Amino acid sequence: MSALEIDNVCKDFGTTRVLEEVSLAIDSGEFLILVGPSGCGKSTLMNAIAGLEPVTSGRILVGGDDITWRTPAERDIAMVFQSYALYPSMTVRGNIAFGLEMRKVPRAEREAAVERVADLLQISHLLDRKPAQLSGGQRQRVAMGRALAREPQIYLFDEPLSNLDAKLRVEMRTEIKKLHQRLGTTIVYVTHDQIEAMTLADSIAVMRDGRILQLGTPDEVYNNPVDKYVAGFMGSPSMNFIEAELAGEPGAYRLHIATEGEAALTLPWPTSRETPALAERLGQTVTLGLRPEHFAEEDTRLGDRAEGTPLSARVSVVEPTGADILLRLPLGDTEITARVGPDCQVAPDERLGLRVDMRRAVLFDADTDARLA
Amino acid sequence: MKSVSTPGEAARPVGAPVSRPSVTGHLQAWLPKLVLAPSVVISLCFVYGFMLWTFVLSLTDSRMLPSYDFVGFAQYARLMNNERWWVAATNLGVFGVLFVGLCLVLGAGLAILLDQRIRREGMLRTLYLYPMALSFIVTGVVWKWLLNPGLGIQAMVRGWGFESFTFDWLVDPDMAVYTLVIAAVWQASGFVMALFLAGLRGIDDSILKAAQLDGASLPRVYWRVVMPCLRPVVFSAVMILSHIAIKSFDLVVALTGGGPGYSSDLPATFMYAHAFTRAQIGMGSASAILMLGGVLAILVPYLYSELRSRRHG
Repeated sequence: MSALEIDNVCKDFGTTRVLEEVSLAIDSGEFLILVGPSGCGKSTLMNAIAGLEPVTSGRILVGGDDITWRTPAERDIAMVFQSYALYPSMTVRGNIAFGLEMRKVPRAEREAAVERVADLLQISHLLDRKPAQLSGGQRQRVAMGRALAREPQIYLFDEPLSNLDAKLRVEMRTEIKKLHQRLGTTIVYVTHDQIEAMTLADSIAVMRDGRILQLGTPDEVYNNPVDKYVAGFMGSPSMNFIEAELAGEPGAYRLHIATEGEAALTLPWPTSRETPALAERLGQTVTLGLRPEHFAEEDTRLGDRAEGTPLSARVSVVEPTGADILLRLPLGDTEITARVGPDCQVAPDERLGLRVDMRRAVLFDADTDARLA
Repeated sequence: MKSVSTPGEAARPVGAPVSRPSVTGHLQAWLPKLVLAPSVVISLCFVYGFMLWTFVLSLTDSRMLPSYDFVGFAQYARLMNNERWWVAATNLGVFGVLFVGLCLVLGAGLAILLDQRIRREGMLRTLYLYPMALSFIVTGVVWKWLLNPGLGIQAMVRGWGFESFTFDWLVDPDMAVYTLVIAAVWQASGFVMALFLAGLRGIDDSILKAAQLDGASLPRVYWRVVMPCLRPVVFSAVMILSHIAIKSFDLVVALTGGGPGYSSDLPATFMYAHAFTRAQIGMGSASAILMLGGVLAILVPYLYSELRSRRHG
């Protein structure tokens, strides 16, 4: 039995359809992240789970119970908002206890819950302050405390870290992950930040235009994307897409990449990654997807023992980030990004030998963006 | 001449005389004070000066014309023994409490109802706000006709066949003051609604969502979460309404004329009657000073507590 099941949910605002037959199910204790660009329907889906927006059709089940038409109060769900949504006139203590008070929990139990949560989130010294006297990170903790105090079946997080500065965001991200590991709570978390999605999730649902494009583990979504959109959305810097002509024959496919002013580059497609779809595209243009880390600097000491396919290109921009160096190089009719080690000695306009790991490359249809191999 | 943003700014051209920027600098520093000076002088003279003069007159035996024969607090003693003054003061208490209270309740209620994302909200909002565009004289005249037993509501309902229906507060000495409340609430509650609506619109939507998820019913959401956020609005509304209540004069003149008899007198009409029509300038001034004292007694503690609590967050 799933902790949360969403069954063919559709949602219309007037004549616009914002959720299109969304279905998903997560187990108890699972951390699901809904990720996508703004306007993709992820917040609408979250509001539908919370009961703040009625759905047009479909069912929502929590622990096997159909809750589609219950009010927010009747659902055992707590939510953490992007703006924290703390009650300004109440103290931190009052904020945390409010949900319990509304559910008529006796005072002694309420106080015990406040103490427990405050301890857990290290906000005991803030209990008598008003939200206006707290910093952003502290408000975020109080908002989480308010959700935790009720011990609901499902926690919803609506872009909870977007209002924090970069350093605090990373800290709170770790903290949310720790809390989840410690308490084993079921969480649905909305974000547009793909790094948050990758680091936190047990499973990721990538959404676009009201549909779930792909639902899978972070590893699946990152390394095995269903289409070009998912491939481009996940990962930073994002995946390079290179137009190439598919040539050769089954068992020995090759990709031809024509670069202006240079000899055409030929990359062999690994036999193990062949699919039947490739045979139909023979002689046509396809899109090759390569992540920046699929490139590596040619190591001359290894000679022929080096793995990957060699290629050489003229470097146009060098961007050191400290941990590694990002290189911009023209390849085909685009400029690609390659990530190399921090000790790579290269200047702009120099040629550099690279190795590309074609076993991890992906191929998409140039017209439909669907995955080919 | 181009103005310099800061007097001491070191942006003057090389070789320019040193004294000139300092002259313009002085001008810059003095200009705001010079511009404000006339209005400060005028308000000092005509507001505080005349307040002081009224106080001085209240200590004299002035009748038809001001005189300066000081009689101490005799005028105040006369006032305290004047039955008409006590009627006016009691009426102000009844009128003020009911007017401010009803306006707040109705205004807040209308604002909450209008805030439920209803259709034609803009039209309704304007409709409720329109009475504020009328002067109290017009309101008074309209309600005088409506409440006139022979012309208005009572005549209409009787015309429908309910022969025994009676609604004659306007001519009932015990009830006349409540007609003032009806007319004044009709006029001002739309304005209070606008204040509350602006306050409600300033509240983060997700706070309401959070309270709903926390299990609060809609009335409790408003009572426990929203209303406490609107304390500054209540503060402004009370300030504005109470000064309207205390200085109410035109409404009384147009609606009841202070009558029947002097049963619906307010201190403002009492003061006007004595100072300008009954040749009792001394007693009129004394009543005016008592009104000022009443205003200060109510507003100063309220201002103090509100502003202090806001400073402490």
